[in-house]
Amino acid sequence: MGWITSRLSPITHRRLAAFKANRRARISLWLFGVLFILSLMAELIANDKPLIMHFEGQWYVPLLVDYPETEFGGFLPTRTDYLDPFIREQISDNGWAIWPLIPFSYQTLDMQMTRPSPAPPSSRHWLGTDDQGRDVLARVIYGFRLSVAFALVLTAGSLVMGVLAGGVQGYFGGKVDLVGQRVTEIWSGLPVLFLLIILASFVQPGFWWLLGIMLLFSWLGLVDIVRAEFLRARNLEYVRAAKAMGLPSRLIMWRHVLPNAMVATLTFIPFLFTGAIGTLTALDFLGFGLPPGSPSLGELAAQGKNNLHAPWLGITAFMTLAIMLSLLVFIGEGLRDAFDPRHVKASAKPTQGAQHV
Amino acid sequence: MSKPLLRLNDLTIAFDGSVVVDGLSLTLNAGETLAIVGESGSGKSVSALGAINLLPSNAEIRGGRWLEETDLSQLSSREWNGVRGNRVGFVFQEPMTSLNPLHRIGKQIGETLRLHQGLSGQAARARAKELLEQVKLPRAEELLDAWPHQLSGGQRQRVMIAMAIANNPALLIADEPTTALDVTVQQDILALLKELRDQHGMGMLFISHDLNLVRRYAERVCVMYQGKVQEIGPVERIFSQPQSDYTKALLAAEPEGRPATLSANAPLLTARQLKVSFARPKTGLFKRQPPAFEAVKATDLTIAPGETLGIVGESGSGKTTLASAIMRLVQSKGEITLGDASLSTLSGNALRRQRHRFQMVFQDPYGALSPRMPVFDIVSEGLRFHYPNLSQGEVTERVHQTLREVGLPESCAARYPHEFSGGQRQRIAVARAIILEPELLVLDEPTSALDRTVQKQLVTLLRQLQQRRQLSYLFISHDLAVVRAMAHRIMVLKDGEVVEQGPCLEVLASPQHPYTQALIAAAHLRRLSE
Repeated sequence: MGWITSRLSPITHRRLAAFKANRRARISLWLFGVLFILSLMAELIANDKPLIMHFEGQWYVPLLVDYPETEFGGFLPTRTDYLDPFIREQISDNGWAIWPLIPFSYQTLDMQMTRPSPAPPSSRHWLGTDDQGRDVLARVIYGFRLSVAFALVLTAGSLVMGVLAGGVQGYFGGKVDLVGQRVTEIWSGLPVLFLLIILASFVQPGFWWLLGIMLLFSWLGLVDIVRAEFLRARNLEYVRAAKAMGLPSRLIMWRHVLPNAMVATLTFIPFLFTGAIGTLTALDFLGFGLPPGSPSLGELAAQGKNNLHAPWLGITAFMTLAIMLSLLVFIGEGLRDAFDPRHVKASAKPTQGAQHV
Repeated sequence: MSKPLLRLNDLTIAFDGSVVVDGLSLTLNAGETLAIVGESGSGKSVSALGAINLLPSNAEIRGGRWLEETDLSQLSSREWNGVRGNRVGFVFQEPMTSLNPLHRIGKQIGETLRLHQGLSGQAARARAKELLEQVKLPRAEELLDAWPHQLSGGQRQRVMIAMAIANNPALLIADEPTTALDVTVQQDILALLKELRDQHGMGMLFISHDLNLVRRYAERVCVMYQGKVQEIGPVERIFSQPQSDYTKALLAAEPEGRPATLSANAPLLTARQLKVSFARPKTGLFKRQPPAFEAVKATDLTIAPGETLGIVGESGSGKTTLASAIMRLVQSKGEITLGDASLSTLSGNALRRQRHRFQMVFQDPYGALSPRMPVFDIVSEGLRFHYPNLSQGEVTERVHQTLREVGLPESCAARYPHEFSGGQRQRIAVARAIILEPELLVLDEPTSALDRTVQKQLVTLLRQLQQRRQLSYLFISHDLAVVRAMAHRIMVLKDGEVVEQGPCLEVLASPQHPYTQALIAAAHLRRLSE
């Protein structure tokens, strides 16, 4: 780590220090990181199968392998339902099993419920069940992961497309820029939500369909920033020096211009991220998003709206979204402040060399 | 001897614990000019700003400061407002940015009058006009309603001076007032300052790095080096009998010597009828396109192998544009031939493959190196592109050899540009250019951002390289002392046109064109010792 930090430029050092000095952003980053890593292990935390079990002297890993019910004394050669009281009895009589913390997956229907669904929070379902009898906490954990994964892929995709389009327009300028800008203006005039809704009537949109369509539009926000940075950088002397050296444009853009344009772009990323989560939730809420049954926070919010007598649904959806988005906004603010030159300058020590820079 | 106006006693300024000015003591009398001289980073500006509390809050100022009878170290911030702009006037270095672009000239001058004298309306306007006349601006009435961007650098600096003297200050602090201006304008501004000083009986604190100017416009000199005073004394004594070693080194720092003589040769670079023009924007949708702006008018030039052609002129004369045209970095008309290759007809990949034969060194050593690449990558980048067959070991060997050649240790290959001083960075830039073994090197004001002592070293290095490698230089500079030390022939450029050219010493000794004469008069070159 010391080796890495010693290789960084002093500006990066100052930015890192400024980010670390921002307590709210630092704690938010930690919290979000822990939550995301936990949600990545969702199958180990919330699942309707035992992680590992020992039955009649043999080892089983139901988490990874589907065993037929006949293995455990059942009658049907179908996939075992480990929540079935008969199977549970068989297992506890002839061996033992390690269960995840929450013995329900996001699509498990609880057949042994004593109350009508949606059931309020209890020791069996910590955040209650939804109107189909599925455990809300399990759905939240999977939904969080899905939202963050969706936002991550979308952000990465937008970054590639936005930097490419903005970079080419800014670096070459002139006619390329003029035409490119007009095309992006027209393109950004298209109504995204309507397009998605129209599309939902043709195909059943899945994760990748939604991602693809949103990717077509989400890169537009980045173009202006990257273009401005490239426009500025192309007249810097070290870029002209690289040109005079005979380097081709793609190498100049990659090695000399892009690293400097990334600062403004990085600042924009957290907000792109929250935007992606927000849009996905909105689509799910309206029912034009992920296919039915997927663990989605928007769908949970819609259920809360339809079941006002079961406030735990709405409150859970609200709290999850509020916490997730707040953490991201705090991280984004920290990043933005750390990259803000005024902020960095105020905390910087004036050195003899600084007055020349 | 008149009464002391400004007294500093053991003034010490530190930023976050690091001492920038260490124990500065001086007195300035009314009607006198005291110059503070030193290289960048010597603490000369900081001490003047510190004396009148214009430093950021993390500066720690100790020691006694008196302006006439006022103890400056005891003033509250409200009392400071009555001192600054009223009893003390300032002229800053950068006239382009020290005027607010959103206010008319008359309003900006009127503001200080209103704050300190309570003048407003017509009275302030009349006084502002009077001030503009005092600083010898023509058409004062019209200028009152002009915007800052409509004025040239010299005119803006005059406006700044008018604002500084508006309230008849007792002390005028001029912080490098002419550094950003062309040499012929510098003279006028300083003569004006001197005249105003005599008229108003002001004391003037004149901060500069330019010894020539100090010698002519100051009575006493204070030489500073790394925050410490080296020497204070009358101008004549300091210049004729310097006491401290640093002052001696500073006085001897003017670039000396001449380039090696060369035998007549076939030209390496030939440019014929080279023209560069930029299209002006249309003023209206249906208006006709205005004629293009000719940055460089039809120019012929040749450079022989091992020869240096100096190009001299003030800012805006088209020097840099001419260099960019020869480097094929801007579009131009005319023929450019380098050896057997006709550069003006090549483009795209074919041109790129020729580029290792002609390289360029830029003016700003801080902007010309990518801050995110270590020196090794910066220097080797061109080599790896033009000679992709070289092994890693061969590239490393070439980089180390080139760094040694420009006088840098091999160990700096792993470091980043920000760890180097301006002179060292310029050496890195030279290394990046010569590693490709070019035949022609275009040097665009390579020394103008450097201190005198560093300039001298760089000039020596460039001459050594030229002899060893038979390099041809196209050397652009506004500094005649440096040009004289480098160039075999010179070309004087004005408004994109060559007004005079010929062998360097001949032109400098007997200039024909009035513009060349003015340039040479302003430069106050010292006699060659040989």
